[in-house]
Amino acid sequence: MDYVSEFRDKTLIAPLLAELKQTLTRPLRLMEVCGTHTMAIFRHGLRAILPPEIELISGPGCPVCVTASSHIDGFLDVAQRDGVRVAIFGDLFRVPGSQSSLARAQAAGAKVEIVYSPMDALTLAEKHEGEEVVFLAVGFETTMPLVAATILEAGRRKLAHFSVFSAGKIMPPALHALLADRELALDGLLCPGHVSTIIGAEAYEPLVRDYGISCVIAGFEPVDILQAVLLLARQKRDGRAEVENGYARAVAWQGNSRARQVMNEVFAPVDTPWRGLGMIKASGMAIREEFACFDAERKFAVRLPESIEPKGCLCGEILRGRKKPQACPLFKSRCTPMDPVGPCMVSSEGTCAAYYRFGEGR
Amino acid sequence: MCLAVPMRVIAVKGSRDDFTSSRIGIVEAGGIEKEVRLDLVDRWPQVGDYLIIHAGFAIHTLDADEALTNLRLLREMADGLAPRSGPGE
Repeated sequence: MDYVSEFRDKTLIAPLLAELKQTLTRPLRLMEVCGTHTMAIFRHGLRAILPPEIELISGPGCPVCVTASSHIDGFLDVAQRDGVRVAIFGDLFRVPGSQSSLARAQAAGAKVEIVYSPMDALTLAEKHEGEEVVFLAVGFETTMPLVAATILEAGRRKLAHFSVFSAGKIMPPALHALLADRELALDGLLCPGHVSTIIGAEAYEPLVRDYGISCVIAGFEPVDILQAVLLLARQKRDGRAEVENGYARAVAWQGNSRARQVMNEVFAPVDTPWRGLGMIKASGMAIREEFACFDAERKFAVRLPESIEPKGCLCGEILRGRKKPQACPLFKSRCTPMDPVGPCMVSSEGTCAAYYRFGEGR
Repeated sequence: MCLAVPMRVIAVKGSRDDFTSSRIGIVEAGGIEKEVRLDLVDRWPQVGDYLIIHAGFAIHTLDADEALTNLRLLREMADGLAPRSGPGE
């Protein structure tokens, strides 16, 4: 068993679809919260094979897409200082701030390196002793424990010229902010698989309690996603709303407490802006006082400007599930993956990029 | 961004509670070997286990029993609903 191919088995897909058709009693509006789900749904062509009564709406689950332009401006401020080398995940490279992007800054001479792991940024720091190496951290609960572990490791290695600029975010407060918008009228959430690996299935119980919404955690293979949609349809048919875990091989009810402990040791909750969703209370991850020496925002006394979204860009509405990419006047005209205006077109997991690459489907 | 893939453990270095040494695993998938950090795993892995790897770190030791249960239920559902197409599955 390799945990991938078995969950792509075509002999399982047709019966799951048949069962789904039987289970549907009325149209369902479901939101896939996670950008990796959005990509998997498009890549496997699931939109085309699902019954037409199921509407899938992409939510705010791509960390790059929800990074506010003010944070990008802050990143650029640091990247353009003398003696600084910044390390980033590739998705961040071309995301526009209010004026520029890290790609443009690099073209103008800033030292910007793309890394695979935050640990690679530590390796960079060891290689470039005369510089300050700053990791620009964007991510949810899946990624931020890794960044925390990297900061702890920097402490063990006594790397005084390494720091992190944290724009990390916590997912549940954003889901609360979304669901408080009754206009969205969702029937269920396809909850993110790997965020849930860390926070656990139990983290969605308050959403069920407060909004009566069905929550099913899904893995990323086609069978996983179909099964999760089926579980949501069954809940609707039976008039139930609860948390179900369709990805139990990777998600425990309590999540990964060790990863959460490391994350909470280094980061404290802080109010932070989300692109499209605005300021959300206690949804950000600030580096704690004890690790101030690794906090780039403090080291460089960065002041975040107001967020300015590009004119005409509907990424905000798209992230809230209110609009589809084709409703945006810039989509496929001024805004393309080659020359993106908004973050949903930049990130490979962005809704606009998925619609652009795989066609609009339904 | 939260993309993470299962990879099989072929070696484990260091021990769970020794914070002074690096806790590293060597993992493999599709013929590619990688060194990954084990700082965050919920269950300390054994050689042969699968780990979910995200950006150079293992974030979960996969539960084989859960995966098999999941597949068995899906197959039972499939057998109950699909027209039989021959021997085997």
